[in-house]
Amino acid sequence: MKKPALFAAPALRREWLLLAIVAAIALAVGARAPVFLSWRNVLDIANDSSILAILVMGQMLVLLTRGVDLSVASNLALTGMICALAGRAWPSLGIVPLLLLACSVGALLGALNGMLIVRFGLPAIVVTLGTLSAYRGAIFVASRGAWISDQDIHPLIKGLPRETLLGLPSLVWFAAAVVALAALLLRWRREGRELYAYGGNPSAAVYAGIPVQRRLMMVYTLSGLLAGLSGLLWVGRYSIAFTELAAGYELTVIAACVIGGVSIGGGIGSVSGAVLGVLFIGVVNGALPVIQVSPFWQQAIAGAVILISVVLNARSERTTGRQILEHDALPKAAA
Amino acid sequence: MKAFDTWERVLLALIVAVYIGFGLGIEGYLSPYALADSSYNFSEKALIALAMALLIVAGEIDLSIAATMALCSLAMGFAMRAGAPLPLMLLAALATGALCGALNGWLVTRWRLPAIVVTIGTLSLYRGLALVLLGDQAINGYPDTLSLWGNGSVGDLIGVPGLIVPIEFAVLVVAGLAVGLFLHRSVAGRRIYAIGANPIAARFSGIAVDRYRMRLFVFAGLMAALAAVLLTGRIGSTRPNLALGWELDAVTIVILGGVAIEGGRGSIVGTLFAAVLLGSFTFALGMLNVSGIVMSMIVGVLLIVSMVLPRLLRKLAWRRPAAKPA
Repeated sequence: MKKPALFAAPALRREWLLLAIVAAIALAVGARAPVFLSWRNVLDIANDSSILAILVMGQMLVLLTRGVDLSVASNLALTGMICALAGRAWPSLGIVPLLLLACSVGALLGALNGMLIVRFGLPAIVVTLGTLSAYRGAIFVASRGAWISDQDIHPLIKGLPRETLLGLPSLVWFAAAVVALAALLLRWRREGRELYAYGGNPSAAVYAGIPVQRRLMMVYTLSGLLAGLSGLLWVGRYSIAFTELAAGYELTVIAACVIGGVSIGGGIGSVSGAVLGVLFIGVVNGALPVIQVSPFWQQAIAGAVILISVVLNARSERTTGRQILEHDALPKAAA
Repeated sequence: MKAFDTWERVLLALIVAVYIGFGLGIEGYLSPYALADSSYNFSEKALIALAMALLIVAGEIDLSIAATMALCSLAMGFAMRAGAPLPLMLLAALATGALCGALNGWLVTRWRLPAIVVTIGTLSLYRGLALVLLGDQAINGYPDTLSLWGNGSVGDLIGVPGLIVPIEFAVLVVAGLAVGLFLHRSVAGRRIYAIGANPIAARFSGIAVDRYRMRLFVFAGLMAALAAVLLTGRIGSTRPNLALGWELDAVTIVILGGVAIEGGRGSIVGTLFAAVLLGSFTFALGMLNVSGIVMSMIVGVLLIVSMVLPRLLRKLAWRRPAAKPA
């Protein structure tokens, strides 16, 4: 079969293609409903996508190493609840201690995942499936099932996502900072490059002297840390903390990664692609109500898009596609 | 692969411990009616766990299985609204299940995609379709026969008043026997182990790997349809969020049952024991007024402990460094 030029340089081409699709959707919707392209609506979409972008950066690091972190949404909700409880108990807390609390609780929960995966050699999908339930239940235990509603949320937590700097909401700045740091790590830092190496071929990475266990600990801890930070932001943005907060959001996070071209099989994926995946979900979710399509379509569309993008990925990466459930690198061609 | 090995014995011991421990602690827990009641806690989940076990042994996974259930229930409801009699409603459910499974299988075999990605996508797609088709509505008014299947006992069905074994549990036993015999006593079953252990070697040894994969996905769809029929009958209505999150419960049952997530190892006996263990355990917690979310937390912790413990023991026994992480 002759491969068309479209797939000659898959990583680069895909991202432009995705960008074009996102732009086309935005313009098409904007043509029907000009309000969609108003600055206010753009800011709304950016705001809505920011937390997703932060989570996606963490998830991408994990996916690059052939792992998966299903516990991010539970981690987010648990950390958010702990921050809300701390804010209620000690109203004098400043924003910096709160941020530190969120990041450290999140990182701790992530490190627990990492420890179970690295120390006992357990599959990431099963460990994080377990901690998904465990962390979710811990929220109930911590809050005794009660909701923490608007009036009990620490004013600084509520205020944080509403701050603006240079005309942009602080959520967008947080996301931009996280994306920039992730790009820095993956492009210019040795630790980041080693993640690609490990994801591409775990055995070779060991022989090449990459401290595999430390890198795996790092990605799960970072994923947890970012989930924790998102928890604080989420609770602030929606002014509420309860047990079922963000339940099921881990699938949206993984969906954004997959749409953005991050391979579940590890070793493939770029920050710019992942950000476009986030934008895609943000634009589609923002567009549906504007063009009066029932929001019930959101999930079905997300599913269809995931399937289409993985099929497209498979065509361009046929030789390198691998299964997450496999332990060893096996040539796929013979199967 | 032995059907009854060390891990199955451990699970059996744990089941006995749960029944004796809670039986002594909670009044009425060991009464026949409570036992029959507790089986509703796991019967439908165990049905989809059986199909999930086959898939995971073969090195695949189906995360869309609970969303498939929602679509099957929906198909049944729409068939009823269109005036179809019960057999046609069942056919609609089964056909929908088979179709959903076939789509998964086609994507996995034709496009060489990892099952986990495909089924995360179809999970979203199927659940989303259910939401689109039904919105915030519910379908009610199912025939009494269906309700009997979901809530009744075998005694009600064949007219023996004393026989309080729930129909759902009887269905589970029959399905468990069939799947167990298939996996452990048939050539096709052995081949599924071979595929899970090494798909390439299996292909080279002449096994039609993709055909097996395809059939397993379709089977998962059919089991989802069966579970959906029983669940719909039991709760008497169809909502888009039917069986929400059950895919994770099914995976938990399978893993706790000793099936290796990377494929090639595990047994149906273990899966069934794990279903009974989790079902009886959460039923007991329910009698103690423990809330559902705390139960799922305990189940999550159990899942991790059940994997860590054997490795920890092995490590202590052999005094050698742990295996390289994957």
